Amino acid sequence: MAHTVTRLTRFNMTSLALGLAFLYLPIVILVIYSFNASRLVTVWGGWSLRWYHEFFNDRAMLDAAWMSLSVAAVSATLATLLGTLAAIGLARGERFRGRALFSGMLYSPLVMPEVISGLSLLLLFVALNAERGFWTVTIAHTTLTMCFVTVVVQSRLATLDRSLEEAAMDLGCDPVRAFLLVTLPLIVPAIVAGWMLAFTLSLDDVVIASFTTGPGSATLPIRIYSEVRLGVKPEINAICTLVIALIAVIIVIASFASKLSSARGESAAPL
Amino acid sequence: MSARRIFARPARLAAIAPYLWMVLFFLVPFGFVLKISLSQTAIAQPPYTPVFDFTEGRAALAAAFAQLSFDNFRLLLQDNLYILSYLRSLVVAVTSTLILLLIGYPVAYGMARLPQRWQGVAMMLVIVPFWTSFLIRIYAWINILQHDGLLNQILLTLHIVSAPVVWLSADSAMYLGIVYSYLPFMILPLYATLSKMDASLLEAAGDLGASPRQAFWLVTFPLSLPGVGAGALLCFIPIVGEFVIPDLLAGSNSLMIGQTLWLEFFTNKDWPVASAAAVALLLLLVPPLVLYDRLQRRQLEGGR
Repeated sequence: MAHTVTRLTRFNMTSLALGLAFLYLPIVILVIYSFNASRLVTVWGGWSLRWYHEFFNDRAMLDAAWMSLSVAAVSATLATLLGTLAAIGLARGERFRGRALFSGMLYSPLVMPEVISGLSLLLLFVALNAERGFWTVTIAHTTLTMCFVTVVVQSRLATLDRSLEEAAMDLGCDPVRAFLLVTLPLIVPAIVAGWMLAFTLSLDDVVIASFTTGPGSATLPIRIYSEVRLGVKPEINAICTLVIALIAVIIVIASFASKLSSARGESAAPL
Repeated sequence: MSARRIFARPARLAAIAPYLWMVLFFLVPFGFVLKISLSQTAIAQPPYTPVFDFTEGRAALAAAFAQLSFDNFRLLLQDNLYILSYLRSLVVAVTSTLILLLIGYPVAYGMARLPQRWQGVAMMLVIVPFWTSFLIRIYAWINILQHDGLLNQILLTLHIVSAPVVWLSADSAMYLGIVYSYLPFMILPLYATLSKMDASLLEAAGDLGASPRQAFWLVTFPLSLPGVGAGALLCFIPIVGEFVIPDLLAGSNSLMIGQTLWLEFFTNKDWPVASAAAVALLLLLVPPLVLYDRLQRRQLEGGR
């Protein structure tokens, strides 16, 4: 009798399947249409790479894509460094003064509306008289994405067996060596996943980048956004498909990293 | 001294760099927003008259305090445009969060009941869209919903409608886009609580004669409320300030506060009013943000 209560019902299966279909169908349709030879979205003109060709001949788009990739790479690296340090401080620092402020500053950007973060950073850059462009966008993205890295690494550190570090210290390691030799190798998968997440978040952002960039240095999402406002263009389908493919590769690597981490102990953080 | 406490000191030192970074690039900027929200609009570059100038000594500072301008906030309160866009933001956020809950809960519940080895796959499938660019996912919907898009084609072919329906530039399209974008944020925390639930509680309820439905409403649902709260906050807070989705999918008759802020900043170049709008939006979000911070801390630090 008991298992009727816990059994997977048809309702459970249906809602799960519908939910996943809702999440994926639009993306699948977008990818298929990117190979449409016809200029009209309505008419299927056969398979073609025409729009990819168009993109690779579009100087402005390519520049934007390059800008986005470099911002994402640099900001993700900075964010991973800072975010990991922050996670160590929160997960291993016990109580310290200003801890509540620190965790508040790190957790609230996760949900903070982007218009606020973007506007406030821009006003800072203006006050500092900083020239707006690559570095201002990079700093803005670092600030946002390091918080995500912190959460990913911190939840990994929280599930880690602390007796390993303690054993290393009983055996004569100082804390820094114990961390480098024992803890760090165990959290590398989470750090890798954090970098990947930071990279994709940076590649995705349009609002914060719009506020913090300067004239002449648009990122790819800013370009896509301004094109989309004017209507659907087949070339955008192709660009989006390329971005999706890139992100797919990153997800495969990240999930491989988290598999590695679950093989070594407990599972990595969901985010 | 215990090993933990010896370990804590270098760990705290490690936090110095990110601490300073966040103070400089997260906390201090709010000070500038506040400052500029109190200054006068000017046709200049940058377009505002500074109110504080710390180089001029205390007397000048006192004089500056005396002429702080609350005009921008007064404007926010008097002009219907702002009040309406605040109200609209709240209505949109509450409605979307409720829809998300209605859709996300059954999906998360289904996930939590899958056989163990399938749960990981299902979770992966929910996370992937979260990683995929959300601008692209909104664009994918524009592809489908536009005048000669796929949806209208299907409806016309099936003779459900006789003329193409205008889907875009409407609230329904905006809600669809919001729900679509935020669904993973709702599902993941719900799934996290539902999957941790002790199955023996349900078995006990079943043994005591509860029907599956009763067991759900008396045991599962009350125990999943922390997940409901986390998911709701994770969606509600960013949706209030959402810009891209309403801008691309909704009509331009009524704006959300994020759009108003954007308009004041980029189109009207009125930085003080945009800043005042940001301050007001932030004030609105402080209670849910504090709640969210507490939940997050409990989850990551075991309720320290």
